[in-house]
Amino acid sequence: MQILRYALYRFATMLLTLWVVSILIFIIINLPPGDYLSNQIAELQASGQSAGVAKAEFLRKEYALDRPLWQQYLIWAGFMPGPHGFSGLIQGNFGWSFEFDAPVADIVGDSLWMTVMVNLAAVLFVYLVALPLGVLAAARARTWVDYTSAFVGYLGLATPNFLLALVLFYYGHKHLNLPIGGLMDPIYENAPMSWDKVKSILLHLIVPTFVIGTSGASAMMQRLRANMLDELGKPYVETAIAKGMPPRRMLMKYPLRVAFNPFVADIGNLLPSMVSGSVLVSVVLGLQTIGPDLLQALKSQDMFLSAFVLMFVALLTLIGTMISDVLLVLLDPRIRYEGRKA
Amino acid sequence: MSALFAVNNLSISFAGSTPVVNDVSFALQAGETLALVGESGSGKTLTCRAALGILPRTAKITSGQINLRLDQGPVDLLRLDKRSLRDIRGNHVSMIFQEPMRSLSPLHRIGNQVVEVLHLHGGPMGAKARQKVLDVFEQVGFPDPERTYRSYPFELSGGMRQRAMIAMAMVARPKLMIADEPTTALDVTTQAQVLGLMKDLQQQTGMAMILVTHDLGVVANMAEKVVVMHKGSVMEAGDAAPILDAPAHPYTRALINAAPRIPEAPTPVTTQPKEDVILELKSVAKTYKLRSGRGWSAPQMVHACRGVDLALERGKTLAIVGESGSGKTTAARIALGAELPDPGGQVLFRSAAGADALPVHAMDHATRLKFQREAQMVFQDPYSSLSPRMRIQDALTEPLEIHEIGDRSSRREKAADLLRLVGLGPDMMLRYPHAFSGGQRQRLSIARALMLDPKLVVCDEPTSALDVSVQEQILLLLEEIREHKKLSYLFISHDLAVVARIADEVAVMRRGLVVEQATPAELFYNPQHPYTKALIAAQPEPEIGRPINLKLVAQGAGEPGSWPEAFRFAANDAPPLIQLKPGHKVRCHV
Repeated sequence: MQILRYALYRFATMLLTLWVVSILIFIIINLPPGDYLSNQIAELQASGQSAGVAKAEFLRKEYALDRPLWQQYLIWAGFMPGPHGFSGLIQGNFGWSFEFDAPVADIVGDSLWMTVMVNLAAVLFVYLVALPLGVLAAARARTWVDYTSAFVGYLGLATPNFLLALVLFYYGHKHLNLPIGGLMDPIYENAPMSWDKVKSILLHLIVPTFVIGTSGASAMMQRLRANMLDELGKPYVETAIAKGMPPRRMLMKYPLRVAFNPFVADIGNLLPSMVSGSVLVSVVLGLQTIGPDLLQALKSQDMFLSAFVLMFVALLTLIGTMISDVLLVLLDPRIRYEGRKA
Repeated sequence: MSALFAVNNLSISFAGSTPVVNDVSFALQAGETLALVGESGSGKTLTCRAALGILPRTAKITSGQINLRLDQGPVDLLRLDKRSLRDIRGNHVSMIFQEPMRSLSPLHRIGNQVVEVLHLHGGPMGAKARQKVLDVFEQVGFPDPERTYRSYPFELSGGMRQRAMIAMAMVARPKLMIADEPTTALDVTTQAQVLGLMKDLQQQTGMAMILVTHDLGVVANMAEKVVVMHKGSVMEAGDAAPILDAPAHPYTRALINAAPRIPEAPTPVTTQPKEDVILELKSVAKTYKLRSGRGWSAPQMVHACRGVDLALERGKTLAIVGESGSGKTTAARIALGAELPDPGGQVLFRSAAGADALPVHAMDHATRLKFQREAQMVFQDPYSSLSPRMRIQDALTEPLEIHEIGDRSSRREKAADLLRLVGLGPDMMLRYPHAFSGGQRQRLSIARALMLDPKLVVCDEPTSALDVSVQEQILLLLEEIREHKKLSYLFISHDLAVVARIADEVAVMRRGLVVEQATPAELFYNPQHPYTKALIAAQPEPEIGRPINLKLVAQGAGEPGSWPEAFRFAANDAPPLIQLKPGHKVRCHV
């Protein structure tokens, strides 16, 4: 019950934060002088294409770019009726991409889900790799196991992701016949979901997951190892040994449980760093995630598109922190029962 | 009959260096209590840990045997394979550790951690195991075992956690319980109750006990046999009574002499009215708001100090004694101006006899600087109160630099002088703190406090982190310096015996209130308040003939409602502090 209340409270603060973030994003997007349309109009006028100018002017009106900035924001967010009534983010209208001349929703549609999928796979990879390796490195501290995993970890941290991507593509294709680039075989694009399509996607996911996840996994592993080592020196571990617990069971039940907290708290940080960190990788690997879209949109001042992508990343971050906060409360009675009388 | 547990010629060393435990032997019978006594570094803890195979990784057992008599015959614990050793741990031999705050996992319920012992050793499962644990909880004195079962460690006080540890150590009915300084981290009244409990339980169950301790008072109260260790070797061993009454070995004698105790014969008391008061606390109170963390419920008020009136005469020592949470440290912090008292309270400081009384909390910048020079502090923990990255020279001269007194060479000269005064050499100036022992570090902190030639020094438990023999030296040093430098001390302590020798006046605090105030002699021979009586009774004395009077402790340390009529609280209002005779005040109704 208490936890539900906390979750609701966290959700409310998340919405509030999202609102503040939306203002910040809108301001930042509008900081560079001019916008996509005025740039285009200037260009068209210079080359004397008046038909294009008319369309651009029309779009300017259509998307209220001729209004003051604060009104633009309210219309974009959906707090104020624009030329077409209430039609903003809240109402589910993400705006128009001038660059691609299509609604933002159509452009990002698929890549949105691809982004979520690639990053979820990477997060999963990070946890699956870091958890056992970190525990093992701590339990066998200062032995070859520890040193080897630390070495591999630092290697993972130090290698540039895109380089790793290219290397893995080359050897993965040569020896394991793994596909190069993309997130599925071109034949399945726009095809309905089928078993073969899923298989193709999974096969294509292997290298990107590995590439995006390695540095996160090695950082996380080192943190978990350090936490575990701290915990292993604490008296309650000694108590558990003196009870007669077998080492493995002791390790799992006591120190790991305590060392797990920071591990969980990291979920929130992991998501955004992966999304922004994977832009370059996505470009190199030719993944249809929103990373490349964002890059392109920012370059050409395609403001609605870039604003939407940024909002999406912010949302992912906020959801991540919310999940980790709620999990922490579930995991740690010290937080849960704060103030309960003994 | 052969011994239940016997250590034979045990030697332990750390990676090739000289042995830290050297040829130690002792034995105990079923149902006996043996005390392993020694100061830090004596190897007493390592000896016990060797029995359960929980030595630090780098420690190597170089020789010896540790034999335990089981039903199926004796085994050598040092030569058991890991699996069989695990069957012994917690089942036949269990252990209690020093820090109850940290010896239980913070994230698991108490019941879960205790019942686990039964599960590990093939005991009953399910509801039967739970019932057994609840029975043990009741046995160790939990008023509501069901609730304790569900509680997390952070919901219990230190004494209650140690009871939970004892329950964990007992639940499998071991033949031997090893208790490593089980009460050192506890308040003295709690210590008395926990010791009483351990003794009772031992009588009920007939298990043997090894008590590792540095406190001869605890030994006298608990043990039948004593092994005195020093630097890894056994100095003296045998029955407790003769060793404590007539120690044969000089080290044992020194240890017994160093143990602080409440003096035997009353000295005549003459109390003169205070003439030259250097520091005065007038109706000082401090209330902290405890935020509930939820934001909806009203904040809780915690009264750390209530109506404290104290006066320290120049050249004397005023001691504030109390257990954790009594408000003694808050009072000291307010006295130094580190914290603001609630409105209405006032702290006055007189720099010299006849000088104007300055309000500590309403000074302008210049007066405050001057006050800070004249009032200094010695802290409790000598390990963390010196910066590990500063040479002794820099740590000592820093106060002079801050106050821009003297030049480089005169500052260093002064530092050298003070090092000599506290019994260290000026040749140590360039060392870092890690090169010093605990006692030496406390000497350094004293030297640092004296660098500005203060008139008032606040000592916050300056000896509680030290061994008894070192504690004795530091107290001597503090006394010498007081005479030599004409200092006045505000001395904060939880230990009545320490205070007995150094203080001219003692104020006993409990939950923010001064309950009794008198000269030490008056206080110890004519204590009036039940809480003072409990504190005195709870003090373990290194004499077999004076066991702790648990009844007195339980009553005085309990809730005010259990006190005799005259001392009880009316609703939430404490009775007034009444002067019984000159220099002796008690909080009671007349």
